[in-house]
Amino acid sequence: MKHGDTTITLQREGSPFKGLWVVTVKEMADHMGSIRIRLLFALIGLAAVSAIYSAVQQIRSVVGEDPFVLLHVFTVSQDPLPSFVAFLSFLIPLGAIALGFDAINSEYNRRTLSRVLAQPIYRDAFLMGKFLAGFLTLALTLVVLWLLVIGLALFVLGVPPSAEEIGRSFMFLIAALFYAGVWLTIAMLFSVVFRQPATSALAALGVWLLFAIFWNMLAGLIGQIPSNQMAQLMSQLWFSRISPNTLFAEAMVALLDPTTRSLGPILYSQLEGAMLGTALPFGQSVLLVWPQFTGLIAEVILLFTGTYIIFQRQEIRA
Amino acid sequence: MKTVAAFPRPFKVRVRHTRGVSLPDPQPEELDPACAIQAKGLRKAYGNVVAVKELDLSVRKGEVVGLLGPNGSGKTTTILMLMGLTEPSDGWARVLGYNPLRDPLSVKRRVGYMPDSVGFYDHLTATENLEYTAMLAGLDAASRKARIREVLTHLELSNVADKKVGTFSRGMRQRLGLAEVLVKEPGIIILDEPTSGLDPEAAREFLAIIRALKERGITILLSSHLLHQVQEVCDRVLLFYRGEKVLEGTVGDITRRVMGSTRMFMLEVAGTDPNRVLASIPGILRLSKQGEGKWTVEADRDIRADIADGVTRGGGRLLALSDSEPTLDDVYARYFEHMRTKDAERAAMNSTEEQKFVRAGERSSAEEQETKGAAPQKEDSP
Ligand SMILES: Nc1ncnc2c1ncn2[C@@H]1O[C@H](COP(=O)(O)OP(=O)(O)O)[C@@H](O)[C@H]1O
Ligand SMILES: [Mg+2]
Repeated sequence: MKHGDTTITLQREGSPFKGLWVVTVKEMADHMGSIRIRLLFALIGLAAVSAIYSAVQQIRSVVGEDPFVLLHVFTVSQDPLPSFVAFLSFLIPLGAIALGFDAINSEYNRRTLSRVLAQPIYRDAFLMGKFLAGFLTLALTLVVLWLLVIGLALFVLGVPPSAEEIGRSFMFLIAALFYAGVWLTIAMLFSVVFRQPATSALAALGVWLLFAIFWNMLAGLIGQIPSNQMAQLMSQLWFSRISPNTLFAEAMVALLDPTTRSLGPILYSQLEGAMLGTALPFGQSVLLVWPQFTGLIAEVILLFTGTYIIFQRQEIRA
Repeated sequence: MKTVAAFPRPFKVRVRHTRGVSLPDPQPEELDPACAIQAKGLRKAYGNVVAVKELDLSVRKGEVVGLLGPNGSGKTTTILMLMGLTEPSDGWARVLGYNPLRDPLSVKRRVGYMPDSVGFYDHLTATENLEYTAMLAGLDAASRKARIREVLTHLELSNVADKKVGTFSRGMRQRLGLAEVLVKEPGIIILDEPTSGLDPEAAREFLAIIRALKERGITILLSSHLLHQVQEVCDRVLLFYRGEKVLEGTVGDITRRVMGSTRMFMLEVAGTDPNRVLASIPGILRLSKQGEGKWTVEADRDIRADIADGVTRGGGRLLALSDSEPTLDDVYARYFEHMRTKDAERAAMNSTEEQKFVRAGERSSAEEQETKGAAPQKEDSP
């Protein structure tokens, strides 16, 4: 190291990941022990079982001839209950927000932040550990659910799922996990921005409402701006794809409904030679949703980076 | 030479302190190996608010140093800069030879810091709370358990070791905070307002523990706005005022410097008003009421006989009269009175409304009381 003036860069000594695992384990234990998580598990469990049960009732009649019975367990709905995936796209944001909305501000309010950061770790490890704990908790929940669906389907319908069905539903699980990740980072971002947990919860729920209800309407409005019809369609599509809900819904459709050949508008020329109504091979479906996957992952990274920057700049004092 | 870990990829972002600011490094000859903490020209500004002004600080190994000053005078900010928990705007600091700005982990590994109004995870037990930070501190599993038990016993918390911290009193939390600091076996302990919020008994106990640590040769830096509580444990104190270190030295030094040859007497009377009967005694500097019938008298010589005389002649009864050592509080009051008078004089140049403060220099006892009452409000509005 040279003497005299040092231009400060972010080159700090020591690993930014030191302590990461300790924070993650502690936070996960907190999540698992919290009443919040138990309520969430109960809610999701109830929704899952009822949705699957009603779906199975409907499917039972067609078991013999349908090659994608398992996938239908996910998607089929029977009035008045929504399908399992509809429940999920609603409950995942809720659960993720519940895990993240007070991640950082509660540490300020409990006055534990300066005590923890007085230990030899960087803030990076603390924030990342909190994120990982929430993410792993959500992952665990989703995997349990996934196994539950497969198990129930197997048990009630008595047909073992094919490898392709397992593969498709597994990819769907991954998509759901990143969808959850987006909402977790949104909630954590607000937990850094707002000192009051109630405010940050409200803000996160506001964003959720925005994407769940108003976004498509907004996309419709945006779509009217360009003059040419194709441009209208495309701008509407791309605007709506900012929403994690859209990305997740598209991934869901393409993975769970093998007959999906395209997401978004199709030109007649693209349809030449295509056999409508036949299933797309698994690999092709995965290729089809690849942009949606990258979109979700990019949103997680972007939001996390933003959260990180704001958190770095914050004074440690409450 | 330590390797410098490059920042991991996704976070390669420019944060505030990278805006081409360059902070000075110490010259090699400025560093004193006998010092546990050294800082020079340390400064912190929050926008226009200067929280700490060009602070020079050195704490020798094994020394107990007190940062004293009213709320908002920059004590916490100073500590945070030493811990690498906030970035200085200028100047340098070295803690056990490490730069808290570039190598905060090395500093934090060796320094135990107890923040003011320390908080814990209420749903965890005392032991679990300490386990967590001990793990973060990098203590290995075997030594951790034994060490936590030992420290909890030492701080008389072993009977509540497995109770949830949510049920703890303020005093217990404060001791748990100190326990956490001790688990690390730090070379330096930094305590921010360790006695604030404690009842006098708990505060006394806490100071006794600190004194015991001092005996063991641990370097301690503590901050407080309660001067009388900490003055006896400190080898040396730094008095802060509005971000500036205004006085530094041993309590005796500072007392002599500020009080000069001033003597203080405690007086207890009944049946007369000392303001009336003592005002004319030659050499009397100041008379202030401490409670019903209790007064302190400052004078530039021993005027005990004159006081006794004055009280009796005024028709009152003298209940007690004793020579008292000026405490740091007295020093402080005296010093800031001086500062405020100067501030007031400066303010009075601009506004005639505050004219009355100028007269504080004239030292009539009645006016003295008035000034004392009015001045603190003035201090609040910068
Ligand atoms: N985050 C902040 N933004 C702006 N000003 C601050 C901030 N933190 C502290 N200050 C100001 O810095 C000054 C010193 O505060 P502090 O170091 O906490 O004093 P002390 O610990 O002696 O009570 C105060 O005037 C306070 O208002
Ligand atoms: Mg303070």
